[in-house]
Amino acid sequence: MNKTLLIFRHEFRQTIKRKGFIIMTLIVPVLALLAIGVFHLISAGAGPPVIETTTIGYVDEVGGLDQHTTQGYINLIRFNTQDEATTALINYEVAEYFVIPSDYISVGVINRYTLARELETPTAITTAIKNFLTSNLLGGKVPPETVYRIEAPLDLVVTRLTETGEVATEQGGYGKVLIPGIFSLLLALSLTFFSSYLVQGLGEEKESRLIEVLLSSVSTGQLLTGKVLGLGAAGLVQVVVWLASMPLLLNLASSTFGGFFNTIQLPANFIVLGIVYFVLGYLLFAALSAGVGAISPNVREGQQLTMIYTLLALVPLWFSSLLFVFPNSPIWKVLTIFPVTAPIAVMLRLGVSGIAAWELAVSILVLVLSIIVVLFLATRAFRIYLLMYGKRPNLGEVIRSLRSG
Amino acid sequence: MLAVEVSHIVKSFTDKVAVDDLSFSVAQGEIFGLIGPNGAGKTTTIRMMMDIIKPDSGEVTILGEKLSEATKDKLGYMPEERGLYKKLGVLDSIVYLASLKGVDKRSAAEKADELLNQTGMLATKRKKIEELSKGMSQIIQFIVTIIHDPKLVILDEPFAGLDPVNTELLKGMFSDLRDQGKAVILSTHQMNQVEELCDRILMVNNGRAVLYGKLSEIKSRYQNNSVLLDFEGELGEVPGVTEKRSHKGYIELVLDGKTTPQQLLERLVSRGMVINRFEVATPSLNEIFLKEVGKKS
Repeated sequence: MNKTLLIFRHEFRQTIKRKGFIIMTLIVPVLALLAIGVFHLISAGAGPPVIETTTIGYVDEVGGLDQHTTQGYINLIRFNTQDEATTALINYEVAEYFVIPSDYISVGVINRYTLARELETPTAITTAIKNFLTSNLLGGKVPPETVYRIEAPLDLVVTRLTETGEVATEQGGYGKVLIPGIFSLLLALSLTFFSSYLVQGLGEEKESRLIEVLLSSVSTGQLLTGKVLGLGAAGLVQVVVWLASMPLLLNLASSTFGGFFNTIQLPANFIVLGIVYFVLGYLLFAALSAGVGAISPNVREGQQLTMIYTLLALVPLWFSSLLFVFPNSPIWKVLTIFPVTAPIAVMLRLGVSGIAAWELAVSILVLVLSIIVVLFLATRAFRIYLLMYGKRPNLGEVIRSLRSG
Repeated sequence: MLAVEVSHIVKSFTDKVAVDDLSFSVAQGEIFGLIGPNGAGKTTTIRMMMDIIKPDSGEVTILGEKLSEATKDKLGYMPEERGLYKKLGVLDSIVYLASLKGVDKRSAAEKADELLNQTGMLATKRKKIEELSKGMSQIIQFIVTIIHDPKLVILDEPFAGLDPVNTELLKGMFSDLRDQGKAVILSTHQMNQVEELCDRILMVNNGRAVLYGKLSEIKSRYQNNSVLLDFEGELGEVPGVTEKRSHKGYIELVLDGKTTPQQLLERLVSRGMVINRFEVATPSLNEIFLKEVGKKS
């Protein structure tokens, strides 16, 4: 059998047998399934939700504000004086109370008194008080429908149109962000793990001198190709398991939770681009790792050097909240085209704003070119430094020898 | 066809010349000793032979051709510091590394059984490498080196870290390999092993050849014309002997230029002495080594 294929098979098998690999691959679908299952159990056991009505008090110094004292699940009880209201509050007869001062109409200030320590007034309370005031002030002066419309003035329904004026197939919204967001995080983890596997594998073979036995049987090219592809195939299995489990889990989640999960969709081309960027991203990281594995004398130093580009790859994730606010900033174009950050940046942007075709083309082209360049340099470094044990060359030496070697 | 032919190879690293114009050849059916002090350039020479690194100049021919992927299958190499995949099983390790030498899985497994049995290691077959002792994993490494029936076997310090029992076991297997017509290159600084096993040697120091040829010829070249004698009774004055050196259990008699050991023996016998041991003194390889290495450095 072809020796590259033998190394490929060996590396693939050894990787998918690793505990770390199995845990990483299964933990995503299993955790999601567990979450759905637990939620399902809780909601099935609890029956229809019981909502308690809350009683709150108020003191009306304006006078005449005594209608509409039931606002949803909140009942309002009128007190004549603030002292009475306070007594009721400390005896837990009311949850809280508020005072409408006599100058309310001109000033608009409402004083709220509560025993609870809170960051801000709960929305339900604010809404109840607001609607109570609105209804009482407008009651009898305008038709009830108008009062209702003032209380809930709009329900915004947005439709995105294409440039030709038709309804666009992709409508945006948070439902689209979730899956690419999770996937880009997983992709980052996967790239980091496999870079570290490769550096670790090479480092161990170097430390145990097994690399010499291997190179007395196969060429450097065969060894590197077999290793990179073997680990890559294992990584691809992982990513495919994740991607394939997503639609399934999504169906399950939307039938269980409904609501927001019904709005979750996969962006167009997501699966195809997900695989393309995984493969290209992986090849770039593998080439970088082979170079690092070549110049570092042991596993520990190799892992430290790996941090440089794996942390760089995570930059788009650090700034992902900014992406939601400024989706059109030129920084995103830079991160999309810069090869180390491209895989994660593209996945994130697919969900938020979509990416222009030219940007994708440039990004893929730059990625492919950098893979070729890094692979060339890495193979060279591999040949030169493979058998240098014990001492890591400094940057100047590496550059000099890459030029002359 | 020569197993190895090395002509005028040179290899320098940034700070020093590791191998400087080295030439030698190794025939099939011989055990060849590559000896020299630490840092002499032995391992660098081996790596160039294995095509792991390329010489700056000069040529290496292995089994009549330049080293190619196909010739790599006819080579067995055991590097100086050894290691295998710690987490992998003994049999899996042997079969995988044999497959990289072009041996199919089934015959590799059969041959592995045979060699594990021969070395008394059959019980470790299902164990992981990390469960073995250092000596045991070294035996496994030797099995890996020869499982594909190579025509040329290169062993870098094969006895380092082995107990006397395993050392004897390996020595026997080396001799078997020679008897099967294979070329065995032994790189070591353990001179007693070289003396016992090797037919020819190359001694290197500072990357250059110091001594090269048949071991017996080299040793006779270094003879200092003395005999070792163990006897009973009084020796007295012996004609033709210029100096007597006492050692534990014997004395060394240095002869003058005209007397041969044969003549001395006749003289001693004619005196009616009881002779327990009479031996023409040849210096040990160790002495030659120390002398040569000391001289050059």
